Amino acid sequence: MQTSTLILALLVLTAIAYQLGRARSLRVAGGPRGARKLHSLPAYYGLLTAIWCSLPALVVVLGWQALEDRIIAGQVVQSMGGGVQELAPGELSLVLNDVRNVVAGNVKPDAVAPEIATAALRWQRLDGLSRTSAAVLALCVALAGGWITLSRIKPTMRARNRVEQIVRVALMGCSLIAILTTIGIVLSVLYESLQFFRFVPVTEFIFGTQWSPQLAIRADQVGSSGAFGAVPLFAGTLLISFIAMAIAVPVGLFSAIYLAEYASRGFRAVTKPMLEVLAGIPTVVYGFFAALTVAPLLRGVGERLGLEVASESALAAGLVMGIMIIPFVSSLADDMITAVPQSMRDGSYGLGATRSETIRKVVLPAALPGIVGGVLLAVSRAIGETMIVVMAAGLSANLTANPLEAVTTVTVQIVTLLVGDQEFDSPKTLAAFALGLVLFLVTLLLNVIALKVVRRYREQYE
Amino acid sequence: MNKPDPLRTAQEQGRIRDLVERGLRRRYRAERRFRAYGLAAAVSGLLFVGFLFLSIISTGYTAFVQSYIQIDIRFDAELIDPEGKQVEEILRMGDYSGVFKAALREKFPQVEGRRELRQLYGLISDGSAFDLRDMVLDDPRLIGQTRELWLMASDDIDQLVKGKIDRKLPEDQRVVSDLQLGWLDALTAEDRVERRFNRVFFTAGDSREPEQAGVLGAVVGSFLTLAVTLLLSFPIGVAAAIYLEEFAPANRFTDMIEVNINNLAAVPSIVFGLLGLAVFIKFFGVPRSAPLVGGLVLTLMTLPTIIIASRAAIKAVPPSIREAALGMGASQVQVVAHHVLPLAMPGMLTGAIIGMARALGESAPLLMIGMVAFIADIPGSLTDPATVLPVQVFLWADSPERAFLERTSGAIMVLLVFLLVMNAAAVILRQKFERRW
Amino acid sequence: MAVESKTQSRSAALETATAAAGGSEPTARRTVGDVSVPNPVMTCRQVNVHYGDKHAIRDVSLDVAHNEVIAMIGPSGCGKSTLLRCLNRLNDTIPTAVVTGTITLDGQDIYERRQDVVQLRARVGMVFQKPNPFPKSVYENVAYGPRIHGLAADRTELDEIVQTSLQRAGLWEEVKDRLDQPGTALSGGQQQRLCIARTIAVGPEVILMDEPCSALDPIATARIEDLIDELRQNYAICIVTHSMQQAARVSQRTAYFHLGDLIEVGSTDMIFTNPKHRLTEGYITGRFG
Repeated sequence: MQTSTLILALLVLTAIAYQLGRARSLRVAGGPRGARKLHSLPAYYGLLTAIWCSLPALVVVLGWQALEDRIIAGQVVQSMGGGVQELAPGELSLVLNDVRNVVAGNVKPDAVAPEIATAALRWQRLDGLSRTSAAVLALCVALAGGWITLSRIKPTMRARNRVEQIVRVALMGCSLIAILTTIGIVLSVLYESLQFFRFVPVTEFIFGTQWSPQLAIRADQVGSSGAFGAVPLFAGTLLISFIAMAIAVPVGLFSAIYLAEYASRGFRAVTKPMLEVLAGIPTVVYGFFAALTVAPLLRGVGERLGLEVASESALAAGLVMGIMIIPFVSSLADDMITAVPQSMRDGSYGLGATRSETIRKVVLPAALPGIVGGVLLAVSRAIGETMIVVMAAGLSANLTANPLEAVTTVTVQIVTLLVGDQEFDSPKTLAAFALGLVLFLVTLLLNVIALKVVRRYREQYE
Repeated sequence: MNKPDPLRTAQEQGRIRDLVERGLRRRYRAERRFRAYGLAAAVSGLLFVGFLFLSIISTGYTAFVQSYIQIDIRFDAELIDPEGKQVEEILRMGDYSGVFKAALREKFPQVEGRRELRQLYGLISDGSAFDLRDMVLDDPRLIGQTRELWLMASDDIDQLVKGKIDRKLPEDQRVVSDLQLGWLDALTAEDRVERRFNRVFFTAGDSREPEQAGVLGAVVGSFLTLAVTLLLSFPIGVAAAIYLEEFAPANRFTDMIEVNINNLAAVPSIVFGLLGLAVFIKFFGVPRSAPLVGGLVLTLMTLPTIIIASRAAIKAVPPSIREAALGMGASQVQVVAHHVLPLAMPGMLTGAIIGMARALGESAPLLMIGMVAFIADIPGSLTDPATVLPVQVFLWADSPERAFLERTSGAIMVLLVFLLVMNAAAVILRQKFERRW
Repeated sequence: MAVESKTQSRSAALETATAAAGGSEPTARRTVGDVSVPNPVMTCRQVNVHYGDKHAIRDVSLDVAHNEVIAMIGPSGCGKSTLLRCLNRLNDTIPTAVVTGTITLDGQDIYERRQDVVQLRARVGMVFQKPNPFPKSVYENVAYGPRIHGLAADRTELDEIVQTSLQRAGLWEEVKDRLDQPGTALSGGQQQRLCIARTIAVGPEVILMDEPCSALDPIATARIEDLIDELRQNYAICIVTHSMQQAARVSQRTAYFHLGDLIEVGSTDMIFTNPKHRLTEGYITGRFG
């Protein structure tokens, strides 16, 4: 039975369960007139029955779906004999892929080795068996759940409370997803990184100045060669982020000040949404803009001035990233500036300060913690930004502070290492996860600090 | 304290007045300078927006037209259906590129030699063969007849017609040869070259040939991916927001969830891609490159946004309404379901739309889970391999063919239109339903 | 400057404002009592203030004498704070506010185009309802004014100004050991005295006080009232207050406002013992407030 059919069947059962639960509650209460004797409205009895009919069954279906593939694969591998079981994980997955291709019908069984074809046949059989048993099990659970609930319906049963209890638990479950996501990120990235550090020592990764993962592609060289010193990536990331912040902070801050304190209403009404437009543009668009407009432009200007500008210069990527971050900085700064109470400004004006004196000496210092927090958040965005650097920054890991040269970044390398061929256990792929771990930890640290600073600042003026 | 006051003497007052007066000019200069910095910053922001849009629109608007060349096509039975069986399978196998090549040879009979002929055939897109085939399949009676037909020009010729290739460059520096230039000019003189609306761009999937490439596959992929994202993230996000605002006890655990959500909102999107790769694809075996897994990853990414927006919407519902309902004997769940949720719904929907708009523009995490493959087919289900609009932009931006440049910009314009519509919807929703209590 | 540009359109704004009023508005009530004093430091003549459509003050004329405390009393929304904010043109920071009429300081129109607001505010200081020290140290709070106006040539001079100002505000003894602590860490009453010290530090001629004690407890209030009495010897002080007792305690003259009109002016003793106008009497005797 197809999963979709199964779920449809479960839905129908649920609907029936609702009606039955409702009807039964009325019956035990002695007909429609007896509804007042019930603890809860009849609909709650129906709902309760429906929930117990569908929920456990759905759990069974989803759990089965998640595990099915691995169990079948295990079974098939076991049946294929000793030779296959002892293969390295990478090669094993290749064999399994062949089997899967036959199963899916992408490859004809007579086009592959006989043992693969046999395995595919076995796979198909197991698959069919698994589907059938999943369906039978799920339907049984649904019927049992529904029936048990039905049989317990009494006028004194507190159906509403029970339903609400379930609702509460479900709501809490949803909010737990946030924590599960974080745990998922940490575990998955950490696990793969630990694998990576079996090949490459942590110290070499963090302090090494040579980065050339391409060498490690060839199977006979795994672990023996290829350099994984990430310092040039960190330096490149910092260089580009620094350029971006050097653009975004002054422009964002000053435009926020101008719009909040000086601009006429008309100018603000036009400019503010325009700047917000910048925030809504997808990063891939910025990447395209950087690679096809800004980089050649900078090259041309450089040539005029007699400077050598790489076509994938850090400057182009950083410049465009800065433009991307302007609205982020300016809207945060705007929040912080408007949070400074008017009485503060009045105090300063009352002493005869000019507008700019008031802004520079009273408003900005008062808003400083908030602005710093906002800038930290912006830095974390710059570090984690991917598309602009993938499209406009280079691939070669140069250790340089010259913005006119090409550098590469952590995110660029993650993308290059993971896009295209993927063997899960080569240090090359695993290196991406190690970089991901560094990226996650650094941005997490920045975010935690920034959010704390901003929060404390907000509380100060609330 | 009441002793005569040095500051207060008339002398002292006069001194202060002088000092203030003397400083005035300098201070007003500083004021004007400061103000000028502010104005410059705001204006440069505007200029950036303008420059960005100008550069994209100016390279991209030509993607919406395509050059066509008119030639007399003879549907030669020899090439299409030599045995005259008129069966579909045989008609399908016919040599349709031979048909338009013959027509080109007829038009320019003086061309000889393999190299020159190849240049001649290069005027017309290879995709024209499929168009001719479809015409014949539609109406087999065409075989043997001659028609004046408009065929799609190849990408290089199209670029030349649109003026994107400089004719004055020496021949070895441009993709169009002198011979091709001559033929094209001859055709133009006969009014046989025309620019039309580029229907293919909106109705085709990806292709290696620029003139046959379209955004439909990516649009459908984006739609499927966003559908998964919306169906998962909206209910879960709203439920989580309700729990945190209405039910969660004030303890450290709740605090932890809150901090977690705020942090997740600022985690780089590419990290979610790594999560999707390791958990969904590697651990749960969800098919890679599929809208399903893309939707799952984007769900996790947009959840924090939706939760935060939904919480703000719930917070905006005044407590007096809750108290009124509780006072009538409603349970807490009923209060939420009957009163808080309907009142907060517009705000939540606005948040959801904004979250979806972000998800629509997101590409980095999708690169991680294999949605960057070249996929010519239009995806039909959640598990078909697919790509999405921003990733299509990324793929085309990487292509060496010149004609992909304008198509990239064109695809960006399509993407921006979608984003504009979504944001406008959010604004309208907010204005229509926003209530001040 | 932005703040000045508003005054240029004053006459035009006046015309539209009068046109909008359309004559249907009741004319201003005549003020009872003598609004003028011999040798005034500030004078107001026929002052009108509009906030957008709202006519906040109607045809108010009033003088402020040297070395006196003048109290402005009246029910909420009667326009007393509005008038106060006109006296150092702090209304300029409210975009919708339009001020007409003449206000002079030492015989000079302060709304005249040549008049510089910065200079004006250095001469007419202001203390606000809620203590609003800057989020800086006690020292920096007081030094702020002298610094921006360039009143001190060096650090010793600045130290001296800070010390005298704090002494005159009666705060020196309490804070001399913690000048580098944030001003916001002081108690409410100390904060308000810090704000007074801050105002004194730029050597004003007039000090405007907008309900300076409304956020303070009775003991802190008493200290501020004593201080006001001492300051009178050196400055002219205009104080807006909600408390009639306070007005009676600190002021020599009292002006009673009602719905944008100046109803009655006179010596404080007379206003409180023998009010001429029945509205004043009603307010004083507590029939409304």
